[in-house]
Amino acid sequence: MNSEKKPMEVFINGLIKENPTFVLMLGMCPTLAVTTSAINGMGMGLTTTVVLVLSNVIISLLRNVIPNRVRIPAFIVIIASFVTIVELLLEGFIPSLYSALGIYIPLIVVNCIILGRAEAFASKNPIIPSFFDGLGMGLGFTVALTIIGAVRELLGAGEIFGYAVINNVLAGICSVFGAEPIEYVPISIFVLAPGAFFVLAALTATQNRIKRKREEKGLNADKIQSGCGSDCMNCDNNTCNHKFLDI
Amino acid sequence: MLGVVQDLLILMIGSSLVSNVVLSQFLGLCPFLGVSKKVDTALGMGGAVIFVITLASGVTAVIYKFILTPLDITYLQTIVFILVIAALVQFVEMFLKKYVSSLYQALGVYLPLITTNCAVLGVALTNVQKEYGIGFSIVSGFSTAAGFLIAIVILAGIREKIAYNDIPESFKGMPIVLITAGLMAIAFCGFSGLL
Repeated sequence: MNSEKKPMEVFINGLIKENPTFVLMLGMCPTLAVTTSAINGMGMGLTTTVVLVLSNVIISLLRNVIPNRVRIPAFIVIIASFVTIVELLLEGFIPSLYSALGIYIPLIVVNCIILGRAEAFASKNPIIPSFFDGLGMGLGFTVALTIIGAVRELLGAGEIFGYAVINNVLAGICSVFGAEPIEYVPISIFVLAPGAFFVLAALTATQNRIKRKREEKGLNADKIQSGCGSDCMNCDNNTCNHKFLDI
Repeated sequence: MLGVVQDLLILMIGSSLVSNVVLSQFLGLCPFLGVSKKVDTALGMGGAVIFVITLASGVTAVIYKFILTPLDITYLQTIVFILVIAALVQFVEMFLKKYVSSLYQALGVYLPLITTNCAVLGVALTNVQKEYGIGFSIVSGFSTAAGFLIAIVILAGIREKIAYNDIPESFKGMPIVLITAGLMAIAFCGFSGLL
């Protein structure tokens, strides 16, 4: 990544081309844990975005001051400080989101999207691109979490953002035929823990399929990754930078 | 006395099986998915996690009680805990390398993999949130990590078996592991009737 990229390019890159969740498979812990509903996913995504943008800007400002050998602890302190600030603000102003996300707010510290971007981008680039990189990556993460949350909420509770979508659609269809409205029976396993694994598995399988089809057509499919083959011990892929972090 | 023993037993079963750290709390997914290809390595990883989490939950509980609470700076817990954990893992690695080389050979390669594993920080924060004392924190840390060991060894066993199965092309690799983990999570839901 060179520093001559325009802010907009960096932003789009984070949002789509290198989407942290769907393409890079980073930050899996919160992705699975808090996406029980679309609104929780979105809240987590936006919280992470705020921390990511602020830490990217500060780390970029300090990139020539921090000695190379202690950069990782320094990054962690900066990130942890912002997480604490954001946590206190959420507790004060949005208590409902604070209690819904619970322990996963302080755990943003170990979300490796943030440390990963600090190491890979902010410590090497000026402030403006770092700001847009943080914003793009953060919003990419938000979009991904909101989508996963929406799928789980739709299947598990028949709602999206709290609106009973499926029941309304069913009632509409039934009224066309003049029949009694049918109640949707939610597949509640999707809002429970196992559902998170299944939704992510379906998603990764879709990615694998798209990648395979593109390779068959001879197109470049490097951009579409799907995890590191899930063997960290024998992984020598350098792009797999979450090897020593939590995914 | 009997009450304390009962509380401890409930805590152990609760944090190792009922609210399993990986399968219901989603902490420590990286080593769970990444180091579970063989039962041997899974056992090593589980051992290292038990060692680090038990130690870290003891140390963080002591720091919380004797430094953060008296100084009234408990809001700094996230920053303090993450630094303490990172330093602790480094220190443990150096210590084992120098003095207990047999243990280092067994666990050494896994230690860097859990430096900033979110399960370690997660357990430390949960202990504070639930207002456990130092003894209870250590027990909670140990049994949470034991839950991790149980889950990762089972997953590794299943993965050794499915390596020879005919899996649809798109589901090879990560997706089938995730499906397996999902099915295990369903099975672990059954433990919720225990308490």
